[in-house]
Amino acid sequence: MPLPEGAGSRVVRGAESVGRSAVAALDAVGFGASLLSQSGVWLLFGRRRGQAVRAQPVFAEMMEIGIRALPIVTMLSLTIGMMLAIQGIDSLRPFGAEYQVTIGVTLSVTREFAPLITGILVAGRSGSALAARLGSMTIQSEIDALRVMGVNPVRYLVVPSLLAMLIMLPCLVIWSDLVALGGAGLYVTSELGMSLGAYADQSLKYLDVEDLLHGLSKSALFAALITVIAVVDGSRVRGGAEGVGRATTSSVVHAISAIVLTDMLFVYAATR
Amino acid sequence: MAEAAGQRIPAPGGPVIEVRDLVTHYGERQILHGVSLEVRPGEIMVIMGGSGSGKSTLLRHLLGLERPSSGSIRILGRELTEMSELELYQQSRRIGVAFQGGALLSSLSVGENVMLPLREHTKLDPGTMEIMMRLKLEIVSLAGFEKLMPSELSGGMIKRAAFARAIIMDPALLFCDEPSAGLDPVVSRALDELILRLRDAMRMSIVVVTHELESAFRIADRLAVLDRGRILALGSVEEVRGSPNPRIQNLLQRRFEEEVLDPEAYLERLTGGVAP
Repeated sequence: MPLPEGAGSRVVRGAESVGRSAVAALDAVGFGASLLSQSGVWLLFGRRRGQAVRAQPVFAEMMEIGIRALPIVTMLSLTIGMMLAIQGIDSLRPFGAEYQVTIGVTLSVTREFAPLITGILVAGRSGSALAARLGSMTIQSEIDALRVMGVNPVRYLVVPSLLAMLIMLPCLVIWSDLVALGGAGLYVTSELGMSLGAYADQSLKYLDVEDLLHGLSKSALFAALITVIAVVDGSRVRGGAEGVGRATTSSVVHAISAIVLTDMLFVYAATR
Repeated sequence: MAEAAGQRIPAPGGPVIEVRDLVTHYGERQILHGVSLEVRPGEIMVIMGGSGSGKSTLLRHLLGLERPSSGSIRILGRELTEMSELELYQQSRRIGVAFQGGALLSSLSVGENVMLPLREHTKLDPGTMEIMMRLKLEIVSLAGFEKLMPSELSGGMIKRAAFARAIIMDPALLFCDEPSAGLDPVVSRALDELILRLRDAMRMSIVVVTHELESAFRIADRLAVLDRGRILALGSVEEVRGSPNPRIQNLLQRRFEEEVLDPEAYLERLTGGVAP
């Protein structure tokens, strides 16, 4: 059946648009991989190249990414821990298995909820801030200024953020594990009349080092993803302040999507 | 001896910048069409042209921020187009750049901005760096402003702070991108005086990219007039002023020159190449 008039050109334009988006996405992935490898090179050989990575900006970033995020991570983790306990007890009660809630809460918090929620929170808080900072530096020629001053922007801007993220996100996940399990414990003990000591014993009995490492490994992956995505989106800003806003939004959307997708792939690979 | 530690020093009196047949494209669009020019030691070369003439593109190539499609750029005796990233970084320590908008890092104070090249490239103690920073701020009449953040400065002050940062390493070559743009005539004139003072006091070779005629004529030892990616004229202020080229005269008289298009090209531009 022949295509109606104009439909052919619309199909061609549609295919062109899909093709361009695919090329742009591949280009962004390539740029991200190149940023990661450049960061590694500057971290390892920066001193030999005459541009060592300085500790002070790394500590400043750690403060911003980790310490200043503690209140919100604490509040969310406490809420999620309690919410899991409420749901768990409610689902298990019809089977008379509500005392088994501890195992469900312990494993789901350490393996899934703590790294996922903390990753999403840090992507929204620190990833977006990094994208906005780099975006505004790009449109104000600050990145060019660094380059012509002989300062490598990856070494000066990306490596401190990446290092701080790789250190602080797993630390936040450990804190989130503790707070969420504590929150769940508060509800479980009051609802089931169990002592907090018995709840803690039961949690530790079911908890394996492997479960903790599962969550922490994921958080390290998320840390790299959040930083690289923020840098890629931030450094490709075009069109002034509006462009910075767009880059910030897309950095959060891209980072959260990447975190959820990576989480699924990681769980699939690790549990088979 | 021309070679020192693998670095060729330009012969005394030889050009500090030598551009030969520079061609560059953005995508399929050709921006520079075989540009050639030289900058001599201790002179102020003003690259002048209207919007879209290619002067900013030329500057980005001279700074090593873009790689050309073809041609040669020798800066301080070294071929820029063949330098690795690390060699470019080393070369940039001998070059200062004052960007159009200043490009001060907004997260650092004025003093920290000015000291940044020293912190990154030298092992000087902090006290010495601060003295050097204050000295340069003094030169650009910004003494006492080192603790302010860039957001607390006026446009003219930002440009002067950018000059202080550009000269902190005592470069042999200084680039200034549109130093007078967006400034009132008094501040603009003060910046011109500063450029002349820097050349005389520090014996720098200075390249100024601008579209401001008064400023260009005031400071230039030689002028290069760029139009649609080609050098139309290269010479002293008098030579350029006396050029019979109508495009140069249009630029000097600030006459708008309408682009002549044939009807076919005009129709194609209107329809975006799609037949109505």
